[in-house]
Amino acid sequence: METDGISTHPSRRLFTIAAATTAASWIMTACGPKRLYEAPKDRLRAAIKEMEAKYSASHGKKVTVSDAGPIPGVEFAYALDISRCIGCRRCVYACVAENNQSRDPQIQWIRVMSMEKDKGVDFSHANAYYNPADVPEEGHFYVPVGCQHCENPPCTKVCPTGATWTERDGIVVIDYDWCIGCRYCMAACPYGARHFNWEEPKIPNEEFNPNTHYLGNRPRTKGVVEKCTFCIQRTRAGRYPACVEVCPVGARKFGNLLDKDSEIRYIIEHKRVLVLKEELNTVPRFFYFYAT
Amino acid sequence: MRNPSHDRKGVVFMRLFALGVLAGGVVLAVGASLAGDGAKPPSPPSETTAKIAPERLDVPAPPFSDGIFPCSNCHAGMPVDRTRRNLEAMHTDIVLKHDETHRWCLDCHDANNRDFLHLASGERVPFEESYRVCGQCHGEKLRDWRAGVHGRRTGNWNGAKGYLLCANCHNPHQPRFHALAPKPAPRPPSRTMQ
Repeated sequence: METDGISTHPSRRLFTIAAATTAASWIMTACGPKRLYEAPKDRLRAAIKEMEAKYSASHGKKVTVSDAGPIPGVEFAYALDISRCIGCRRCVYACVAENNQSRDPQIQWIRVMSMEKDKGVDFSHANAYYNPADVPEEGHFYVPVGCQHCENPPCTKVCPTGATWTERDGIVVIDYDWCIGCRYCMAACPYGARHFNWEEPKIPNEEFNPNTHYLGNRPRTKGVVEKCTFCIQRTRAGRYPACVEVCPVGARKFGNLLDKDSEIRYIIEHKRVLVLKEELNTVPRFFYFYAT
Repeated sequence: MRNPSHDRKGVVFMRLFALGVLAGGVVLAVGASLAGDGAKPPSPPSETTAKIAPERLDVPAPPFSDGIFPCSNCHAGMPVDRTRRNLEAMHTDIVLKHDETHRWCLDCHDANNRDFLHLASGERVPFEESYRVCGQCHGEKLRDWRAGVHGRRTGNWNGAKGYLLCANCHNPHQPRFHALAPKPAPRPPSRTMQ
């Protein structure tokens, strides 16, 4: 088919150029730096060795960086008893200490919302800045909110660099080396769970937790996003997250969703359970329940 | 692999199941070796052992006041007065706010051996098993506590868990939680960077 003597078929030259460009860009991408999660194991180990040396030097103590992968047959889930939480914020500060969050500017992965009993779970009337002499306050209940580790996470879908994804054990993680700080994920998250390092994070060396994981609490830099990882450095070693162990009223529960004898399954099967913003179809792995 | 919805079941689940049975067996064995005269014999290991905890659990020491235990140090030679009354000579620091209209000391403390508690049936229970006394009225809490849902847990989500006795958190004489001072509120975001 020809119009005005110009062929609408791609010419052989054009085809060759397109094919060569595609091949070249594919080769360049494949040869470039790998995301850590898809790097070969030995390359990951080498990268982690470098990290350990770098962090040990910068923080003045022996820092270990774990690369523990997901445990087969495990999918983590979390449950929080709204009827017990008294809003004391012990979990917030345990999380900050465990996960090396910046003290100044302040970053806190857990935000405890104070809500009025008359209004129920309603974020438009929630207050995170309550500061009475004693908690719980009359007529209030408390809903701590962190990353919900959604099964259908809006945040990972919008990431232009693939720097955030869901691990096979259900933990939504961030590769801080691939995050470009565009903050699309923060806009996409309906729970306000992601936090941005507007400045170089500051943590006193003596408060720095040297037990880290490369997808979790290793030091972050200015310009990257961070969030709760279910304490990946602890939970992949079989331990409870720091917030579970510190809660003075035992409101926080954690376990394996695929183990029918776990606390989490007991709660889902026996208690009144809700998830936040269910209508958004994010399918959180973080359940709120009423034990009483 | 990004999609978490496959590769979950199968071999790994069987392995986990075997691990659970094994862990249940170990807990039972420990329970059996510790079990005193009052404890029920543990049931044979089964797939539900992880959920139904044995009678003796690994719990910390009961929170006695300093120098108060063993109670028989003072009570051994004393005559037993079963009449309900206000204590004036001793234990005046204990204020009972726990169904005090219906209960008093000897409903839980054993009159014949003060180093023990007792159930409604009269069965003596050591202080380390005080949850059995509490569970007579608070059965659903005891059930949740055994399942790991009531109370704080420490340790491992898939292994040894640290339990606490009811009395480690609740004062048995005044079980209601007291208000706590909260940790500092987060700093509100500022529009200008410092």
